[in-house]
Amino acid sequence: METIVSIKPLLAVLVSLMVVPILASSRAPNVREAWTFVAAGVKFLIVLSMLPTILKGTEIVYTIAEFVPGAAIQFRVDAFGMLFALVSSSLWIITTAYSIGYMRALKEHSQTRYFVFFAVALSATVGVAFSANLLTMYLFYEMLSFATYPLVTHHQDKEARSSGRKYLLYIVGTSIGLVLPAMLICYNLTGTLEFGKQGFMAGAGASKGLIGLLMVMLVFGFAKAAIMPFHSWLPAAMVAPTPVSALLHAVAVVKVGVFSVVRVITCVFGTNLLLSLDLGTIIVFAASVTILVGSFIALSQDGLKRMLAFSTIAQLSYVVLGVGLLSPKGMTGGMVHIAMHAFGKITLFFCAGAIFVATGKKNMSDMVGIGRRMPITMTAFFIGALSIIGMPPCGGFISKWYLVLGSLQAQQIPVLVVLLFSSLLNAAYFMPFVYRAFFCKPEEAMFENTIKEAPPFCVVPLVVTAIISIILLFYPQPFVRLASMMVQSITGA
Amino acid sequence: MSSQYPALIVVVPLLAGLLVFIAGWVNKKWCFPIAVAALGISAYSSIGLLFRVINEGVIVYKMGGWDPPMGISYYVDHLNGLVLAVVSVVAFLNAIASKRSIEDEFPDNIGAFYALYVLMVTGLLGIVVTGDAFNLYVLLEIAALTGYGLIAMGGGRGSLSALNYLYMGTIGACFYLLGVGYLYIMTGSLNMVDIARILPDLYQSKAVMAAFIICMVGVWIKMAFFPLHAWLPNAYTYAPSASSSLVAPLVTKVMIYVMIRFILTVFTPEYSFNILAVSQPIVWLAVIAIVMGALLALKERNLKKMLTYIIVAEVGYMVGGAWLGNRVGMTGAILHIVNDALMTLCVFMAVGNIVYKVKGADFENLQGLFRKMPFTMGAFVVGAMSMIGVPPTCGFFSKWYLISGAIQAGHYGFMVALVFSSLVNVVLFFRIFEICYYEPFSDHHGHGDEHGHHPEPAMDEAPVTMLVPLFVIAVILVLVGLYTGDIVNQIIDVAIPKGLV
Repeated sequence: METIVSIKPLLAVLVSLMVVPILASSRAPNVREAWTFVAAGVKFLIVLSMLPTILKGTEIVYTIAEFVPGAAIQFRVDAFGMLFALVSSSLWIITTAYSIGYMRALKEHSQTRYFVFFAVALSATVGVAFSANLLTMYLFYEMLSFATYPLVTHHQDKEARSSGRKYLLYIVGTSIGLVLPAMLICYNLTGTLEFGKQGFMAGAGASKGLIGLLMVMLVFGFAKAAIMPFHSWLPAAMVAPTPVSALLHAVAVVKVGVFSVVRVITCVFGTNLLLSLDLGTIIVFAASVTILVGSFIALSQDGLKRMLAFSTIAQLSYVVLGVGLLSPKGMTGGMVHIAMHAFGKITLFFCAGAIFVATGKKNMSDMVGIGRRMPITMTAFFIGALSIIGMPPCGGFISKWYLVLGSLQAQQIPVLVVLLFSSLLNAAYFMPFVYRAFFCKPEEAMFENTIKEAPPFCVVPLVVTAIISIILLFYPQPFVRLASMMVQSITGA
Repeated sequence: MSSQYPALIVVVPLLAGLLVFIAGWVNKKWCFPIAVAALGISAYSSIGLLFRVINEGVIVYKMGGWDPPMGISYYVDHLNGLVLAVVSVVAFLNAIASKRSIEDEFPDNIGAFYALYVLMVTGLLGIVVTGDAFNLYVLLEIAALTGYGLIAMGGGRGSLSALNYLYMGTIGACFYLLGVGYLYIMTGSLNMVDIARILPDLYQSKAVMAAFIICMVGVWIKMAFFPLHAWLPNAYTYAPSASSSLVAPLVTKVMIYVMIRFILTVFTPEYSFNILAVSQPIVWLAVIAIVMGALLALKERNLKKMLTYIIVAEVGYMVGGAWLGNRVGMTGAILHIVNDALMTLCVFMAVGNIVYKVKGADFENLQGLFRKMPFTMGAFVVGAMSMIGVPPTCGFFSKWYLISGAIQAGHYGFMVALVFSSLVNVVLFFRIFEICYYEPFSDHHGHGDEHGHHPEPAMDEAPVTMLVPLFVIAVILVLVGLYTGDIVNQIIDVAIPKGLV
């Protein structure tokens, strides 16, 4: 594998940290938001400028400090990291626009703090994407945990405090309690933490029991992936303002979790090792349970954001499931699902927020007939829901398709059943709501028949993400290309 | 000039201490500049010395030109070169930061306070730089006696806890002296290098073993190793801010240094770990120290007192790491001397700022502090992250070495204790953050206009002279973390004898 040394990954991480002093000291909200846009745009461009190099099969490396051999603070941009960085940095721009609309419409307090920590969180996310080894990933993972705490608890009331506690308990408790010791044991076994295409644990010669234990510690330890039983922080974190939920809990935080889990499976242990020890089954089982249970709980929710949260829990496990199958198609599907789900789910969250801004409603039972009042928002919601269910004409179809192929390739018929049944469940929790929003009887409708949407800053972003969700079916590049490049380098095919 | 660094480090603050005392009678304004200048020269010399040691190797400085074993020699290698730099920099930064709070708390005793402060630093630096076991005792008493004075100046419960500290400290020092006496009887020498040369023939002697253990117990009392810790929390809590942010980062760490000096240089790792064969129980004691320190910290409702119990736990980190009996653990212990001194300084300086402004460190005093003192709290958060062990702050990296050492030694109890203590630190610090962040609760939540939501406390930050040193130390925490590789490879690795693997 050809590599070049370039400072670009570091710049991509730092650009949002560097605007923090400007954001924190700016008095005028317009100036502050302008700088956020500048940072988001520059970050996206830096990431984008690395794309051609990565597509050529070259990797970009940059080392900050090496403190013991094999464990440095180091960046390495590969195809999978690129995929994730593209998703998160492009969505930051859109979310910034949405945040402005949402936060100003609701006259939220402490908006400066909000934008500052948002920027820090994005630095951490891209840092995770570009990490070259477990130590660096752990560093940025922790940074993200602490940077999102003030965002989750933005309202500073008693509910926020208890949610914040739960958030920290799960996220930091698992990362310090499970990941840290597992990482150190791995390091002492192998003398390195460097992600390898075949996994650096492959040559460790450890017993099956130890490998299995370490794998469980690492897979569950990155609890941002919300694999059951470490999932209940996610619904609790819905107490945050909606743009935070949207970006962090549908895109950045949870995706950092699954990204880390995928890295652990493919680059720490390696598919060959897990296949030979037959450890993928544990992952597949945990993910399947999470998918089904998460979907069932989503079915029983009335709060729109809570329903979306449980839907996210289930969808995240699609990624874990796909990679846990350890078959090329399954892994491709899992990785692509990171991107597809991101655009679909952020649309849904944006819609939930737009409804809240326009009507103040949070529960689906209070939203009967909302489609007539907010047709654009609800159409976008419909598109997002289709993408999550995995139906054409939306991008979600592609990742589901790969996942189904992957389960066949791995000859795991139960997984196929889980996937198909889960799609039905997805339809069952989205479609009745959408249906009643548009096609309720006039006497049931809770809203007047006049169109009154949320402010344009709220509506435009959700329209954009909805359109992108559709476009992704027809032009799924570069995401599918990047994912299959990664899978190729893993399997060597 | 640079060849005189070892002497300058101690002599300059010693003379300055006397000068400051006189200046206190003549004109109080002179006290601060003299003290800071002296500490600055010390810090400059010790950093210069550290670089000289890195480049040229061990430096032996004979006081007055007298040869050992008759004369006192100062002996600077990588180990104490590093500790010297940390001690002098911490003392220097704290002196600048505490100017305002000293003027505030003792307007009449400025001269006396600075004299004690500078003399205490003299004692601590002397302990580290000296190569003579008895001279070390003398300097230990200088540091201790001035320390009692600094703590007692807090008045009220401060005097009482200083008295308690005095009893315990004196007992500890006596133990140490007794141990050195045994060594002198057996070897006829007080010079550490000399003792180390003679001792190997006597390793089977029970008297030597007694000497070693008695010295260790004395040092443990002085460093507040659980269960000998009881004097520490009250003494550090009721001391004035300026004193506690000097003694809390330094005294325990300097005593850890003395312990490691005895293990590595005066005796050999071979003797300490293999012949004596008490490592296992001591590491288990350290485990208990860590767990108990963490649990005791949980029950405190005063920020400063909570931090003192964290110090008790951190002492357990370093004792345990040093006694794991392998190179990685020892590296962790030495690295943690540096890191813990810096991060303890950071949090205690932040507490100093808070006490200066809100006149108390009980949990009720902390409400709304993120609004009132955002800069102080920002630095406090960095210090807290380092104590929790979040990369890239330095606390993470020493924890890395300590846990690695535990894994290599197969001592999983110690590993679990370290992880447990990190988790408890998360709880401890986020409990503080919660109070500073959420409270006082407002009745309604959500959606006022952008500024009128909470009953916002107005910003009321500490003066710049207190903030700048605090920021410097917060940045140092991150820088030391990023340069851990260099510190370990160029300094600590050389400091540990090759025999220890």
